[in-house]
Amino acid sequence: MNWKTFYALLSRDGHVARRNLLPMLLQNLLQPLLFTFIFGRVMTTSGIMPASYKNMLLPGIMAISMVMSGVWAVAMPLISEFQFTREIEDRLLAPIEIGWLAVQKVVTGMIQALVAGLVVLPAAWLVMGAGVSPSLGHLLEMLLIALLVALFSAAGGLALGCSIGQTQVGLMFSLVLAPMMMFGCAYYPWQALDPFPVLKYAVLINPLVYASEGLRGALVPSVPHINTLLVIAVLAVIDFSLLYLGLRKFHSKALS
Amino acid sequence: MGVGIRTENLRKVYDTPPPMAARAGGFGFSAQRGGKDKEKAKRKFEVVALDDVSFEIRPGEIFGLLGPNGAGKSTTIGILTTRTQPTAGRAFLGDIDIWREPVKAKLLIGVVPQRPNLDFALTAREILVFHGAYFGQSAKERECKADELLERFKLTDRATHMVRTFSGGMMQRLSIARAMMHDPEVLFLDEPSAGLDPQTRLLLWETIRDYNRVGKTIVLTTHYMDEADALCERLVIIDHGKIIAQGTPKELKQSIPGGYLLRLRFNRTPEELLSELRLLPGVTEVRSNDGTGTDVYAGSGGPLIGPIVNAAQAAGIEVLDVHISEPSLETLFLHHTGRSLRD
Repeated sequence: MNWKTFYALLSRDGHVARRNLLPMLLQNLLQPLLFTFIFGRVMTTSGIMPASYKNMLLPGIMAISMVMSGVWAVAMPLISEFQFTREIEDRLLAPIEIGWLAVQKVVTGMIQALVAGLVVLPAAWLVMGAGVSPSLGHLLEMLLIALLVALFSAAGGLALGCSIGQTQVGLMFSLVLAPMMMFGCAYYPWQALDPFPVLKYAVLINPLVYASEGLRGALVPSVPHINTLLVIAVLAVIDFSLLYLGLRKFHSKALS
Repeated sequence: MGVGIRTENLRKVYDTPPPMAARAGGFGFSAQRGGKDKEKAKRKFEVVALDDVSFEIRPGEIFGLLGPNGAGKSTTIGILTTRTQPTAGRAFLGDIDIWREPVKAKLLIGVVPQRPNLDFALTAREILVFHGAYFGQSAKERECKADELLERFKLTDRATHMVRTFSGGMMQRLSIARAMMHDPEVLFLDEPSAGLDPQTRLLLWETIRDYNRVGKTIVLTTHYMDEADALCERLVIIDHGKIIAQGTPKELKQSIPGGYLLRLRFNRTPEELLSELRLLPGVTEVRSNDGTGTDVYAGSGGPLIGPIVNAAQAAGIEVLDVHISEPSLETLFLHHTGRSLRD
């Protein structure tokens, strides 16, 4: 393991991310914030939704923003760099094991996911106006869950980015990311699926469910949510499985 | 001084389509996905790119891999640069087994790819500076080196531009600058002069010779005979994944019987003159092209001029033009494979 090279690779990604900071934030955060404004502000103020919906929505919005940022930050560059131009080649030739290059990509994605979470939380809070009361009593718990969520999104981005081609990006969004967002318990708590017993257990394969429910448990513990310890355990399993899968895919994609 | 390379019985079989081909990724809906079909598809894609390839590159020499498209040149470069995993066989860079210790190998090599693969998210200068950083150079060291290389490759005025705006020739120059950034012991160039204009090509050759002069080993692939001839101290000729000849360009050319070509022009070429020429010592073939031009294939060049002129004068024919072509690698390739290089 060559730390100097690892750090240089990381600073290259940081440099590129800083250059694209504004478009990147807009791409990842505008959509969730618009959703927050409509459902958390317009609908609640007009009385269509109860005011308590705000508290339920906030952790979900944070989860979606983090997951989208993490997946996007790793998958999109990989997809384009592994394409015809093979832009990634100079980094594959850097004096470091190629597995570590994949790990570095995951670290980059995690940082971006955490930044997105950090930005969207106060922003959503502001957009929703009065009546939101996230608790900061479980700060450590929240940090741990945020880390696990960041890792799962970045590792998922690695696996996705190494499995699809540029022409399938639209398909990735409509087949993987859109259903994940809708069935991710971000806009409603898991308990709300009680009237749909099959769906309720089917959505459990969706990692976003644990992200939303975990953050819900940490931020607004008064809202019903899946047991936090269970969430942490499942997220850890998902993290390692996705990381393992992503590393394997990266290996086979990187070597011919 | 310099680092040599040795390969032992390299073999590479691709069981999936080559990586560049448009391959359906995770969401492919093609028939190849089914259980039984999968096996069939795999067998169908089996391509032997290299078969029992062994050669040695001496430290500090310019070594060429010559062959037509699809011969296995890029696969060989891929294996030597840690990018393509061999199916069997071993490759050594100095004492380092490239596939056991790829990181150590990567520290010693610089690679100029066939197609520029520059980092499109960065400017020209950043590409060099980050490349230096990947190789552990200090900030000062890499800034200096980057400026020096930009100057040398005439890219200083475009240093702060994103490379996506660069022309093909500029990208090529930057690729070479990048490969030299960490001062590698062995420089690999895969088809370096493909698509370059003649002048740029000569500049490239000069750059390669300069880098070689400081004791570095150069490995290049080409399908241009004249390039291999002008640049390489030794070379191997590859076709269909197999080495068909190796040696210095001179040795290789001498191995062809009757390798000289004399292109003659007379004021008229009666059949009697052609028969006369066929009888001259060492002549293997005489071809008359549309009356004016005559090609004589022979085992020697200059010594035949006298007898040819004498034969022509005796028949009252005037010699208008004489041109001697030395045995070329083109003829060699033809001789070994029965095909022209450009087939």
